[in-house]
Amino acid sequence: MAAERKTGEILLEAKNLVKEFPLANSRRGKQVVHAVSGVNLKIYEGETLALVGESGCGKSTLGRTLIRLLPATSGTLEFKGADITAMKEREFAQYRRQMQLIFQDPYASLNPRMNVKEIIAEPLTTYGLAKDKSDLERQVKELMGEVGIPAEFINRYPHQFSGGQRQRIGIARAIALRPKLIVCDEPVSALDVSIQSQVLNLLKDLQDQYGLTYLFISHDLSVVKFIADRVCVMFLGMVCEVGDTDSLYETPLHPYTRFLLEAIPKADPRLRNEEKELLTGEIPSPVNPPSGCRFHTRCPYAKEICRREAPPAKQVGERQVFCHFPLEG
Amino acid sequence: MDMKEEMALQIRDLKSHFFTSKGVVPAVDGVSIDVPPGRIIGLVGESGCGKSMTAMSVMGLLRHPGKIVGGTILLEGRDITHLSKRERSKVRGNEISMIFQEPMTSLNPVYPVGRQVQEAILLHQKVTKEEAKQRVIDIFKEVGIPEPEKRYYSYPHQLSGGLRQRVMIGMAMVCRPKVMIADEPTTALDVTIEAQILRLMKRLRDELGTSIILITHNMGVVAEVCDYVYVMYAGNVMEQAETFELFERTEHPYTQGLLKSIPKLDGKEDRLYTIEGVVPNLLHLPKGCNFCNRCDQTVEKCFVEKPELYETREGHKVRCFRYEGGVKA
Amino acid sequence: MNTEYTRKEVLSDESQIGEQETWMDQVKKLIRQNKLAAFSAVLIVVIILMAVFAPLVAPYDPYAQVLKDRLLAPGKAHWLGTDELGRDMLSRIIYGARISLTIGLVPTLISMVIGTVLGLIAGYYGGKIDFTIMRFADVMLAFPSLLLAMVVMYTMGGGLVNIFIALSLVNWAGTARIVRAQTLSLKEAEYVEAARSIGVKSWTILMRHILPNCLPSLIVLFTLNIPSAILSESSLSFLGVGAQPPSASWGLAVVRGKKYLFTEPWLSIAPSVAIMIVVMAFNFLGDGLRDVLDPYLKEQ
Repeated sequence: MAAERKTGEILLEAKNLVKEFPLANSRRGKQVVHAVSGVNLKIYEGETLALVGESGCGKSTLGRTLIRLLPATSGTLEFKGADITAMKEREFAQYRRQMQLIFQDPYASLNPRMNVKEIIAEPLTTYGLAKDKSDLERQVKELMGEVGIPAEFINRYPHQFSGGQRQRIGIARAIALRPKLIVCDEPVSALDVSIQSQVLNLLKDLQDQYGLTYLFISHDLSVVKFIADRVCVMFLGMVCEVGDTDSLYETPLHPYTRFLLEAIPKADPRLRNEEKELLTGEIPSPVNPPSGCRFHTRCPYAKEICRREAPPAKQVGERQVFCHFPLEG
Repeated sequence: MDMKEEMALQIRDLKSHFFTSKGVVPAVDGVSIDVPPGRIIGLVGESGCGKSMTAMSVMGLLRHPGKIVGGTILLEGRDITHLSKRERSKVRGNEISMIFQEPMTSLNPVYPVGRQVQEAILLHQKVTKEEAKQRVIDIFKEVGIPEPEKRYYSYPHQLSGGLRQRVMIGMAMVCRPKVMIADEPTTALDVTIEAQILRLMKRLRDELGTSIILITHNMGVVAEVCDYVYVMYAGNVMEQAETFELFERTEHPYTQGLLKSIPKLDGKEDRLYTIEGVVPNLLHLPKGCNFCNRCDQTVEKCFVEKPELYETREGHKVRCFRYEGGVKA
Repeated sequence: MNTEYTRKEVLSDESQIGEQETWMDQVKKLIRQNKLAAFSAVLIVVIILMAVFAPLVAPYDPYAQVLKDRLLAPGKAHWLGTDELGRDMLSRIIYGARISLTIGLVPTLISMVIGTVLGLIAGYYGGKIDFTIMRFADVMLAFPSLLLAMVVMYTMGGGLVNIFIALSLVNWAGTARIVRAQTLSLKEAEYVEAARSIGVKSWTILMRHILPNCLPSLIVLFTLNIPSAILSESSLSFLGVGAQPPSASWGLAVVRGKKYLFTEPWLSIAPSVAIMIVVMAFNFLGDGLRDVLDPYLKEQ
């Protein structure tokens, strides 16, 4: 299945995408946060591509820049071959509705003063997709059914639902326009384990039903293992490694990927390893990222060249790794 | 019980209820926990299971409308359940200390972190300011803060999340408490930093003989560091066992469900196991077993009576009728 | 689609679903939590009814001068006595409530509408628009508002309509500031981002997502702005640039009573107490409403 998906056409492609935020109140001239620095990424139709990395690696910013919720500083974005980077808002509207977003915090992503009906109806009314009031209500109820919220709750307000249910309402809003691409920004990390699995299953079902493409942003590598076809590991605004999920988990090529995988606490005490090598130090600041390979300050294998030069993309089979000395490569 | 004298902390049938306008919420409903010296005890469960409230009760930090309505808390055999405010504050921070999920909220943003730790020392120990400062630097070294002399003067916002948590642990350890309660200490941290903090906690246990109660929702963290585990659900302990035993011979349907619903890192699953429903509202608990409305292994009795904790093997107890009399029915 | 399982999950969760907090619930909560505020609300309603039905309530014509009954002490016939022209003080205070309440409500409403619109625009669009609006507001706030109102009143002359204009012009800046601050934080809210990702127009976002969430603070602000407007009117009238005789304005009554402060003190005490009661009632109500409505103070 995974292989079949990858052969799909390119849905969204980012070329040399850069996103910088000016830092407020910076004393020494114009300082910027280098959130995304020259990312090349292809998202294929029908696949789930996961963006993983630690906080501050720019994965959320990249997700939002890819669907133009944030304007890119430089670089280009192509949606089905059309350059949407600087497209006028009016013209962009037809692409906007094909790219939707699911949020992390189910408590903050729903307007507390709107009921379920108004929340789910908003995308439909914005594009005039309902003939009349009863048609609108029918569509809303249908969407509620698809995400597993009983239709009789249509007039309830967000605070009357639990976290998992709110997340379902957010999902209903995102699929209302029948989008091609959905950016899921940590959609389950605020949920309890037992609720997390319900929502993950739902996302998978919806993908199968509507042929959705997901860009799944997460820091949780076990969740990613379950849902993603391909994984893109990021560190400090740059891509470390992109590749097929199974092979990336089995044989990580970038040292950072390996450390990430090893750091996850495994739910099996027999896998305890008191001797395992841990990454030392902290994540450097994205305001003054290290020169060369941005990972070199934490990488135990760093050599002179890593400090000087940013590693070029290396193709290893189907996978791509940005490292001067990839593991087992 | 001659064991009593040996325990660092013993919680006996603790009941902490919240008296709200809508009714009495039994947040902690008869919880017994034994904490031997020099062990890490895991308290695991989903949000609202009462794990944090148990900790707050022990610390004497329950706020109105919460109240301890029954049970005893013994610190090295001494009853500390109903201490006066004065006596309580002598115990807190000195003999039992606590660290929280978000260290930023427990550190004062306008004072350097070193001074805050120094104050904690001066509060409980008769030493001069100079000695106290030296102690702070020693402690910073002990909990693995690089450049401790420099960090003494740092403000909380200048430190990363991982370093802030180390400062908090340092502050909790200044008086060499017998017991440290850590409430989700790594939940807000990245995996690579989490691994570092978990390793630090193991070191404190081994080198200083501190007992740690580790509250978490993450089964991976439990498997990684805990010696003994209590699984909580809706104010009750559902299952308790030594860690290896618990993961090898998981007996309670809830624990089984929790473990099954975590996505596995090895192998590919098509769907995740789900525990249906969500944690019940504590105001409307089911009549029988608290878990009966979500359980997939119920018998008739489960809906009528509340099960007790049945010992199935030495040190392994399960609150489930299927193990009544100590053997699986 | 495997909706069966999800449906079951949600249904088993029905006990979890809280009751909807209606408007009535909030009123009940106010009464339960803050008796003083509830009492103030009742008092305000009574005062408003009294003002509306003044001709029915007042025992005398407030403008009728009965010179033989000048400066009577409070007694059976005139509960609050009479003034130097022999007019019944109680009737004048009842009629004065009309003026004070209108002054409290109308300019406050106008200034808050202006302030809200400007605050929303400044907060949402930011940049130069924000800068221009807020510097203008800063200038307004930098002046003592009473002084500003006096300048307006001197140039345009006294009278009710001019008081409206003066007070509206003076008070919008405070509202604008508060609304802008709220807009700044609300526009970062995830549900606003969700609306943008759907493609909802900016103006619709402002009206549908941001303004309704500012509303609780606006209601509180409204109840707190009313007394300050009432006080301003009284001060302006006291200073002689507000309501003009023979108006029954409370502020004016205080001035006129000044002359008789030591001989017939009820002439200034009665209107002062009236001002105090109304101002305090609105303030208590405002505080109570804040506790009930303010989403940041709401218990989770």
